[in-house]
Amino acid sequence: MRPVFAVSGGVSKFAKARPDKTFQAVIKEAYDYAIEDLGIDFPAFTSAVDGSVASYFSDHFSRQLMAGIMAQDYLGLCPKPSHRVEGGGATGGLCLQEAWKSIASGHMDVCVAYGFETMSHVETWKGNEFIALASDVSWDYPVGGFYSGYYAMMVTRHMKEFGTTVEQMAAVSVKNHINAYYNPYAQKRHRYTIQDVRESPMVAWPLTRLDICVMSDGAASVILASEEGLRRLEGAGARIPRPLVRVTGIGRGTDAMRMSDRPHVDYDTFMRDYATESERGSDETRRYYKKLWDHGTRYPGVHSFRAGRTAGNMAYKHAGIHDPLQELDFIELHDAYTSSELQTYEDMGLCRYGEGGSFAVSGKAFMPGLDYGLELPEAPECPVNPSGGLIACGHPVGATGLMQAVFAIWQLQGSVKKHFGDETLQVKNARRGAIHSHAGTGTYVTISILEREE
Amino acid sequence: MSKIPDKRPETLGGYVIHGVPFPIDTDPEALAFLKRMSPIQIEQKYQVTYLHSYGQDSPWFAAASNRRLLATRHAESGYTYATPRGHDMYSGEETVWIDITDRPARVHAFTVCHFGSEEFLPETPFVLALIEFENVNTLFLTRLVGVDPDQATLDWIGMQVEPRFLRNSKLKPTDVYFAPSA
Repeated sequence: MRPVFAVSGGVSKFAKARPDKTFQAVIKEAYDYAIEDLGIDFPAFTSAVDGSVASYFSDHFSRQLMAGIMAQDYLGLCPKPSHRVEGGGATGGLCLQEAWKSIASGHMDVCVAYGFETMSHVETWKGNEFIALASDVSWDYPVGGFYSGYYAMMVTRHMKEFGTTVEQMAAVSVKNHINAYYNPYAQKRHRYTIQDVRESPMVAWPLTRLDICVMSDGAASVILASEEGLRRLEGAGARIPRPLVRVTGIGRGTDAMRMSDRPHVDYDTFMRDYATESERGSDETRRYYKKLWDHGTRYPGVHSFRAGRTAGNMAYKHAGIHDPLQELDFIELHDAYTSSELQTYEDMGLCRYGEGGSFAVSGKAFMPGLDYGLELPEAPECPVNPSGGLIACGHPVGATGLMQAVFAIWQLQGSVKKHFGDETLQVKNARRGAIHSHAGTGTYVTISILEREE
Repeated sequence: MSKIPDKRPETLGGYVIHGVPFPIDTDPEALAFLKRMSPIQIEQKYQVTYLHSYGQDSPWFAAASNRRLLATRHAESGYTYATPRGHDMYSGEETVWIDITDRPARVHAFTVCHFGSEEFLPETPFVLALIEFENVNTLFLTRLVGVDPDQATLDWIGMQVEPRFLRNSKLKPTDVYFAPSA
C-alpha cells in the first residue's frame, strides 16, 4: 500500500434547511472551498484529479436516485471515474476509506471524496421514519421504528449494568455544544448546562432532545493524494501545507442489523477476540473484566459496539497505536447520541467497558482552557469532538464522516484559526487524531487515523 | 421535569397559490436581480404499496396468529434465536423451529418513546423492550404494556413478563406483545 495524504477539505455551513441551493450546489460549496484552500484554480484541479467517491445515505431524503452522478456532473468531473458508497451513518467514513483505497492501491493519484445529505425536504417525524427504515422492516421497524428508541434501549442496559447516569451523558452534550460555540460551521452554537439537557423535552427515556443530534442539510469534501499526486497538484499550482497530513490507519467493523441478534460472549472469548492490546496486557484490567463477567456482563450485548471495537483495534494496529488515550491528540467521533459517545469511549479503548460514564465526567475528553461550567476532576488528555460533534454541528448523514475528516485535517495542519476565524478549538501541537463514523445500531463502524508528518 | 414548549410545531401544507412574482421585463438589471431571489419550494407526494414477503420467516407470523411464539434453533449446537433466523450465524446451517411460548421471559432493556416516526406518532408514549428468554441466546424486540410510561424506572429491567397475542392478527411482529407476568 502506498502512503495517502489528506491535502485539503471543505465543509458547507450545516443548517436545518438549505432551500437556497440544490444539493449539487451545496456540495460545490464544500468542493470549491477545498480547491481554493490549495490555492489552485478550478480547471487546473479538474485536470489533476483522477476521480471521486460520492457519499450520501438516503435516496428517500433526496427523492432522487443516482444523486451521486448528478453531483459528479455539476462539479465538472465527468467523464472521470466515480462511485457512490452507502452505509447508513457511517457513509462518510466509508467514503473516505474508499477514496483512501483508490490512492493506496495505486489506482488513482488524486481522488476527491464528497458527500451530502438534504434532510429538510421532509418533516422531522417523516425523517425519523426514513432513518428507521434502516432497521429490519420485517422485525424492528414495525414494532415502533425509531432510532432514538433503539439507542435509548442500549442506554437503559448500560445504566443497569454499569451504573451510568443521565447526568454523565448530559455532560457530553454540555461539552460538545460549548465546543461548537467556537465553530462557525456548527448548526447549534449554545451554552447549555446539565439542567438544560435534562429539562429539554423527553424523546426516548432517558434521552432528551439535547442528548440527540439534529437533522441537517450540508456537504463536505476531502482531497486525498499519493506522493505522485502531491507532485502533480503542486505542478499545477497547488500550495500544499507542510508538514503533510497522512492517513496512517484505517479500520472497519460490522455487527448484526437487528440489535436483538447481538451475541453475548463469555469472558475468554472477549479477551481473545475483542480486548485491546493494553487490556490484554494488564493483570488489573483482566481482573476487572472477570469481575464484570462474574456479575453477568456479556459482550457486546446491546450496551456495546463490537463493530467499533473491531474497527478501532484494526486501525490502531495499522497505525502502530498501543495506547489510544495517550497516543491520540484528539478524536472526532460519531456522537449521534450523548450515550453513543460514552459507549464509543469504551469501544475505542479510551477507558474500559463499563467506565464510559465516569470517563465522560473525568475531564479527559474536554478541551483545555474552556469553561464548561462543570467541576472536572482531571485535566484534558484527548479532546473528543473539539468541533462540537454531530450533536452540535448537525448530522447531514452522507457529509458527516467527511466533515470529521476535514476538521481533523485542519487540526493537524494547525489551521483551525484560519478556517474558523478563532483558534479556541485548535488542539495545541496536534500530531495524531482519529475520526470515527458509525451506522445503524452499530452495524458499520469506520475508524481512520490521520497524522501530521514530522 | 420537561420545560413547557414555547414554539408551535412546524408542518407542511397550506394554500394553493397561482401567480409567481417575476420581473415584468427581462432586462439585464432584472435578470441580475434573479440571483437575489428566495427559492421556490413545492410539495411532492410519494406513495407506494410494497408486496413484502416474510419468506423463510413466514411460519413465525402464522404461529403468532395462532397464539404461539416460535423461535429457531441450530439443532446441533442448540444456539437459539428469539428473533428467528433461517440459518445459524456460526455454522451456516439451517435452523429448526421451536415453540417458546411458555418459556420464562424477562425485560432485558427498554425505553419509553415520547416521540417517533410518523407512522407511530399517534401511539406515543409507548414502551419498546428487548425480551430475554430462558435458554435462548438472542433477544426479541417488542412492545411492553401494563406499565406506566410516565413512571419509567430501571427496575423494569429483569421484570418477569409474558407474551400476549392480538386476537385479530395483523401479520406483523406486533401480533405478540408482552406484559408483566400475572
